[in-house]
Amino acid sequence: MGIKLRAAVVDREAPSRRRPHARRSFGEAGTAWAYILPACVVILGLGILPMAWSLILSLQRSDLITPAEWVGLQNYDLLSHDPAFRAAVGHTLIYTALFVPLSIVGGLGLALLLNRKIRLIGVYRTLVFVPFVISATAQGVLFSFIFDSHFGLANAVLNWFDIPPQGFFADKNQALYLLVLIGLWSGVGFCVVVYLAGLQDIQSELVEAAALDGAGRWATFRYVVWPALRPITVFLVVWETLQALQVFDLVFVTTRGGPLESTTVVVFYVWQQAFEFFNAGYAAAAAYVLAFGLLLLSIGVRFARRRDHEVVRRP
Amino acid sequence: MTTVQGARRRRWLPFSPWHLVLVPVALLFALPLAWLVMSSFMTNAQINKFPPTIIPDSLHLDGYRYVLNNALFPRWFLNSSIVALVVVVGNLVFGVLAGYAFARLRFGGSKTMLTLMLGTLVIPFQITMIPTFLIMKKLGLIDTLGALIVPSLVTPFAVFLFRQFFLSLPREIEEAAWIDGCSRLKALWLVVVPLARPALGTVAVLTFLTTWNDLAWPLIAINNDHNYTLQLGLATFQGQHRTQWSAVMAGNLIAVVPVLVAFLATQRTFIQSLTSSAVKG
Repeated sequence: MGIKLRAAVVDREAPSRRRPHARRSFGEAGTAWAYILPACVVILGLGILPMAWSLILSLQRSDLITPAEWVGLQNYDLLSHDPAFRAAVGHTLIYTALFVPLSIVGGLGLALLLNRKIRLIGVYRTLVFVPFVISATAQGVLFSFIFDSHFGLANAVLNWFDIPPQGFFADKNQALYLLVLIGLWSGVGFCVVVYLAGLQDIQSELVEAAALDGAGRWATFRYVVWPALRPITVFLVVWETLQALQVFDLVFVTTRGGPLESTTVVVFYVWQQAFEFFNAGYAAAAAYVLAFGLLLLSIGVRFARRRDHEVVRRP
Repeated sequence: MTTVQGARRRRWLPFSPWHLVLVPVALLFALPLAWLVMSSFMTNAQINKFPPTIIPDSLHLDGYRYVLNNALFPRWFLNSSIVALVVVVGNLVFGVLAGYAFARLRFGGSKTMLTLMLGTLVIPFQITMIPTFLIMKKLGLIDTLGALIVPSLVTPFAVFLFRQFFLSLPREIEEAAWIDGCSRLKALWLVVVPLARPALGTVAVLTFLTTWNDLAWPLIAINNDHNYTLQLGLATFQGQHRTQWSAVMAGNLIAVVPVLVAFLATQRTFIQSLTSSAVKG
């Protein structure tokens, strides 16, 4: 380890003077650019560039085959009057308004339940989290099978309780809520593990001090645990909202937007316009409307967080 | 939360009463998956029986036979494996290189580049998907596995994770290697990378998971069913084989198993990497 001691006092440029021959032609900056080049090409070339391109597309009428023509803001104007798009936004908002609060409440409840040291607790935690790693496709296929109105397990179980068989995915009044349910089945696990990590971060002294002060369970939760989890809750609300607004895979696999367009969500609408009806310009405009909503959300949270950081949390 | 003041009650159960709540909860999450496994080992006649049987009377492999004899299914599995493997390796190699450069090397424009990359993290996929499709088309990659590989060959997530990790490593370790006559790349390869094992594992598992599970992009980029990924294949397969539920479930299980294995093998790291970003904010 003598070397290490010596190295600590060598100034950073020293090695460059005794560099092996190959790297003399090509200084530190050159090396750095060589290292980041692949990442730049892929990330910026398929991130920043398409974003600008999409904006241009959204101002054009284009089917990706014949030459595009400029239409200015006409796409956006059409969108604002398009009942199908409005319906898609509505469905997405219903999905989000149900999914986000339920996944937060469910996640916190389960985390509190799972935050104890008893036998098999690891198994319970694993079982609750496992659905999260299963692809939306596999979930969609599995639940299409379970909720199949003729052969599905769900109706068989209902039959057991003398409940008449339901249409589920074939019923326009049930399909969207069923999607929320499946989303929760696989999404709640993420909230659980994040909340669990947060709960384990709370210093036990705080909880014990509250108990010494005579706080009951509810008071301890209300005045110690809940405030300490606040940043996590904010993170999860944002994260789950972003997820919910972009729901697509599950819808595609289970209902394809049906029955009777009752589960068309925004991303599905964008996909349909672009790759089924070949209205690329119109689809790009719809995608920009969605992205604008997501961006507003992110910015709003940034500001809220900044204000949060100014409040000193730990005395 | 454990209550400190609660006096020890006399035990009326040989186990903690919490299990009475936890078992039904766990079942709620486990039952659909249990049904997936069970039904994949049933015959179609058994699946359609009423009232349903939960346990197959014996391990029927009809569903698996049907799937594996399907000319395309093994190919989809292979396609998914190739794409996932190349994408994971690409993220490790290019992510390490870029992350290292941002963490250790001083060069003009490093701040700008880093900010730009950070910016791409908030761009939703729906905005970039149409132009990305057009770019891939221009490159002649549409309807090849290349179209699935190139856009995620290196992700900002990998670059940032490695950058954070390298910032936390003491510089002296590499400098010692340079003094021993290693070039920078050699020092990176021989000294830094072996130390970065936890970060490598995290990036590998999360990248594998997202790549293996993706549906939206393959759906756009692939037309010919020879080039389908497993997820895309399954989504169409279930439409065509509505009556062959045991086969559909067998295929579904085959698609889920690699991800489950990856997750269960790396559970602790996996969950830590997921939660650390959230808890630290």
